[in-house]
Amino acid sequence: MTTHYLVLSALLFAIGGVGVLVRRNAIVVFMCVELMLNACNLAFVTFARQNGNLDGQVIAFFVMIVAAAEVVIGLAIIVTIFRTRRSASVDDASLLKY
Amino acid sequence: MEPAEFITHSGGAIGVAWLMIALPLVGAAVLLLGGRRTDRFGHLLGVVTALASFVVAVLAFVQLLGFAPGERRRGIALYDFIPGMATKVGLLVDPLSISFCLLITGVGSLIHIYSIGYMAHDPGRRRFFAYLNLFVAAMLLLVLADNYVALFVGWEGVGLASYLLIGFWQHKPSAATAAKKAFIVNRVGDFGLLIGIFTIFATFHSLKFAEVFPAAHGASQGTLTAIGLLLLVGACGKSAQLPLQSWLLDAMEGPTPVSALIHAATMVTAGVYLIVRSGVIFQAAETAQLVVTIVGVATLLAGAIIGTAKDDIKKALAGSTMSQIGYMVLAAGIGPAGYAFAIAHLITHGFFKADLFLGAGSVMHAMNDEVNMRKYGALRKAMPVTFATFLIGYLAIIGFPLLSGYFTKDGIIETAMEHNAILGWLAVLGAGITGFYMSRLVFMTFFGAKRWEGDAHPHESPAVMTWPLIILSAGAIFLGGFLIVGNRFMTFLSPAVGLPEHLPEFNPVSLTGLVTLALVAVGAVFAWFRYGAAEVPAVAPRGSFLTAFARRDLYGDALNEALFMRPGQWLTRLAVFFDNRGIDGVVNGLAAGIGGSSGRLRRIQTGFVRSYALSIFVGAALLVGAWFVVGNL
Amino acid sequence: MGESITFWVLAVVSVIAALGLVFSRRAVYSALMLGVVMLSLAVLYAVQDAPFLAAVQIIVYTGAVMMLFLFVLMLVGVDSSDSLVETIRGQRFWAIVAGLGFAALLGLGIGNTLIAAPKGLAVANQNGNVPSLAELIFTRHVFAFEVTSALLITAALGAMVLAHRERTEPKPTQRDLSRARFVEFGRHGKNPAPLPGPGTYARHNAIDMPALLPDGTVSPLSVNRVIARHEAEEGTLAPEVAQILQQEEEGK
Repeated sequence: MTTHYLVLSALLFAIGGVGVLVRRNAIVVFMCVELMLNACNLAFVTFARQNGNLDGQVIAFFVMIVAAAEVVIGLAIIVTIFRTRRSASVDDASLLKY
Repeated sequence: MEPAEFITHSGGAIGVAWLMIALPLVGAAVLLLGGRRTDRFGHLLGVVTALASFVVAVLAFVQLLGFAPGERRRGIALYDFIPGMATKVGLLVDPLSISFCLLITGVGSLIHIYSIGYMAHDPGRRRFFAYLNLFVAAMLLLVLADNYVALFVGWEGVGLASYLLIGFWQHKPSAATAAKKAFIVNRVGDFGLLIGIFTIFATFHSLKFAEVFPAAHGASQGTLTAIGLLLLVGACGKSAQLPLQSWLLDAMEGPTPVSALIHAATMVTAGVYLIVRSGVIFQAAETAQLVVTIVGVATLLAGAIIGTAKDDIKKALAGSTMSQIGYMVLAAGIGPAGYAFAIAHLITHGFFKADLFLGAGSVMHAMNDEVNMRKYGALRKAMPVTFATFLIGYLAIIGFPLLSGYFTKDGIIETAMEHNAILGWLAVLGAGITGFYMSRLVFMTFFGAKRWEGDAHPHESPAVMTWPLIILSAGAIFLGGFLIVGNRFMTFLSPAVGLPEHLPEFNPVSLTGLVTLALVAVGAVFAWFRYGAAEVPAVAPRGSFLTAFARRDLYGDALNEALFMRPGQWLTRLAVFFDNRGIDGVVNGLAAGIGGSSGRLRRIQTGFVRSYALSIFVGAALLVGAWFVVGNL
Repeated sequence: MGESITFWVLAVVSVIAALGLVFSRRAVYSALMLGVVMLSLAVLYAVQDAPFLAAVQIIVYTGAVMMLFLFVLMLVGVDSSDSLVETIRGQRFWAIVAGLGFAALLGLGIGNTLIAAPKGLAVANQNGNVPSLAELIFTRHVFAFEVTSALLITAALGAMVLAHRERTEPKPTQRDLSRARFVEFGRHGKNPAPLPGPGTYARHNAIDMPALLPDGTVSPLSVNRVIARHEAEEGTLAPEVAQILQQEEEGK
C-alpha cells in the first residue's frame, strides 16, 4: 500500500516541477514549489509508516516550518519586485544576462 | 728564458699605482658631474690629472728599475670583491705594463695640452676633457689589470670613451653614425674576447694572470688554440685588424686629438697588448700564432693600400695606423723574438703617429677644418714648425735611417724574415707602399702649388699646440734607436714576456734592410713625381679599378653589408613577418576563437530563471536515471 | 479496504487539482487548486497514522500559507492572469519531457524497490501520536527545533525589512497634494476632483454599474477596470461601458 503513496508523491512532485518550469507568474511558481514540498512531505510520512518510527513525521514537521519561512520571505520579495517593476512575471526579471 | 715570477708588492710609487687610474677618473667624474661650473677650469683640471698620472707612472718606473730583473713583476692586491671567491682585484706593474703606462700618460698628457689650443673655441671643451680623462683612466686600467676581468672592464671603458669621442660632434650625422659603427664593430670583437675569457675560466678556473699563465701548458692544444683565436678576435676588433677593420677609417670623424690619442697612439694598440700579455697562451698554440701573423700581414698590406688612395688627410693617416698595427700584430704573433719589437714599434709609433695626427690637426686648424689634401699644397712656408715636426714624423714612419721607425720596423721585418720568408717579403712590400703613401701625403700637403679655398689663411698654430709636436717629434727621432740598439728594450721587457733563445744582432747593412730602404726610396720618388712635381688635380681622377678598390676601403664595408647587413635585414623582416603572421596569428586566432565561442556560449545565459530551472530539473532527472542504471548493474 | 477507497479517491482528486494548479490561467484558481491538494494530503496524513501532521497541514498550510498567497495575490492584482503562451523556445516541451521522465523514473524505481510490507506505526504511536512526536522533537531533535525557531524569527524580520519602504522625503501635506492635483490639471487636463463612484445617479449602486454623467452618458471612470475586464470576458458588462472602453482602447 505504501508504494501507492510514494508513486502519488512522485507524480505530484513531477507536476509541481513542470509547473515551476512553465508558469511565469511568480506567485503561481511559488505555489508549485509548495506543491513539490507537500509531495515530499507525503513521502516522508509514508516512509515513517513503512519503517515504523516517527522520524519521518518529525522531518515533515520541520519541512513545514521551513516552507512557512520560505513563503514569507519569497512573497515579500515578490511584493518588493512588483512594487518597483509593476510586474510579477519571472521572465520580466531577466536583466542579469549576457 | 721564461718570464719572471709574480711577486706581491706594496709600498712606494708602485704601491700607489692605482693613483694613475684614480686621478684621471676623478677628473672625469668632477668634469662630468660638475656641469657648467667647471667650464672655466675644466681643461686645466684634465691636463693636471693626466700629468699627475704621468708623474706617478715615472716614479713607479724608477722604482721598478731598482729591483733586480727577476723581481720586476710586482702584483698589488687592491680589493677583495667577495672574500673567499676568486674575485680579488689587483694591479700588475711589470716592464710591459709600465711601458704602456708611460706611453699612455706621456703621450696622453701631451695631447691633453695640445687640445687646450685645438679645442679652445669649442663649446663642449669641458666635456671633451672629461671624456679624454675617462679614456686615460680606462686605458690604464686595461694595461695595469692583473686579471682578465679588470682588463675587460678597461677594454669596455676605452670602447665607451672611443664611442663618446668619435661622436663628440653628434650634431654631425656622419659623426653619430661613425660612433655607432665603431661601437658595433667593437662589440663583435668584445664578444670574441668575452667568450675567450669564459673559456679561460672554464679551463683554468681562474682569471688572474699569475694563476693562468703558469698553468697554460697543462691545457689541451685544441683549447689553447680556441682561446688564442678568441682573444685574437677581441684584438682584431679593438686594433682594427682584418676583418674587423672597417670602423677605424670612419672613426676619423672625431676631433683630431682623439684620432691621435685613441685611434693612433694608444687604444688601437690594446689588441697588441692583449696578444703580448697572453703570450704564454699563444706560444703554446702554434696554430693561433700562425693566424695572428697572417692577420697582421694582411692588415698591414690592406691598410697601406687604403692609405695610398685617400684624399682625406686623416683617413690616409688612419690607413697608415691600420698598417702599422698590422706590423705590431705580425711581430706579436712571432713569439718572444717579436714581442720586444712589437712593443717598441708600438711606443715609437705612438710618438710619430701622434705627431703626424697632431700635425694634421694643426694643418686643419689653419685651413678652416678642411681635410681634403687636394685643397692643401705649399704649406711648408706658412707653417714652418708644423712642417718640420710633420717631416720628422714622416721620416720616422717610412723608416728613414737612424730615426725611430728605422729601428723598430726594420726589427719587425728582420724577425719576420727569420720566422717565415713569405711573411718577411710581404712586410717589406708593405714598407715600400708606406714610403709611397706617406710621401704622397707630405707632398700633397706641404709641397707643390697652393690649392687653397678662397677664404683660407694658413697660419702657424699657437705654442700650446706646437710644443707637444716638438716633444713628440723628438721622441720620433731618438726613441727607436735608444730602445733597440744593444737590445735594451728586449732585456728590459724580458721579465714580463721572456727572451728568445738567441738575441738578435742589430745589423745596419743587412740585405733585408737594404731592400726595404730601396723600396721605400722608390715609393717616395714615385710619389714625388706624381704629387710633388706634377700638378695635383682638384678633383680626384677616376683612376684604375685598383684605385677604386683602395678608395672603397678594399670593399670592406660592401662586404660587411652583403654578408651581414642584408642577410640580417632579411632575417629581421622574416622574423617580423613570422611574428606578425605566425605567432601573432596563432595567439590572435586563439583569442578570437575563444572570444567567439564564448560570445556564442554566453547566449545560454538568457536571464530567464525558468531556463536555468529547466536545466536543473533535467539534470536531476538524468541523475536519478543514472542512479537507477548504476544501481541495477 | 477503507484506506484504499480513501486513497484512490484522494489521489485522483489531488492529481487533478495539481494539474489544475499548473494549467489554470488565473492565479486565484491556482491558489484554490493548491488548497484542494493540501486538504487531500492532510487527509492522507491522517490515514497514515499522522493525525498531528494532518492538523498542522490544515492549520499552517491551508490556513496561514494559503491566506498569505491569496493576500499577496490581491495586493499584486488579481487581474494579473498571465497568458499560457510560451515565450521561451522549447521550454514547455522540454519541461514536460523532463517532468514525465522524472515521474516515470521515480515511480518505476519505487515500484521496483519497495516490496516489503509496512511495519506500521502502532508501536511508535502507543502513547499517542502527539506525545510521541513531542518526545522526539524535544529530545533528539531539540537543536534543530531551536534553529527553526531562529529561522522563523529571521524570516519574520526579513519580511518586514523587505516590505518596508523608507520615506525619503517629508510626507506631503493636503496642501501639497491639492497643489499637485491642480498642476496636473493645468498641464494635462486631468480631472482634479475625485473619481465618480459607481452607480451615482444610476438605477442602482452595484459596483459594476457605471455612473451617469449630467448629460446622461456613462462615465467609464466610475468602473473598476479589473471588474470591467472580468465582465467583458463573461459578457455581462454593460454595453455602454463596453463601448466606451473599446473606444478608449482604440484611442490608445
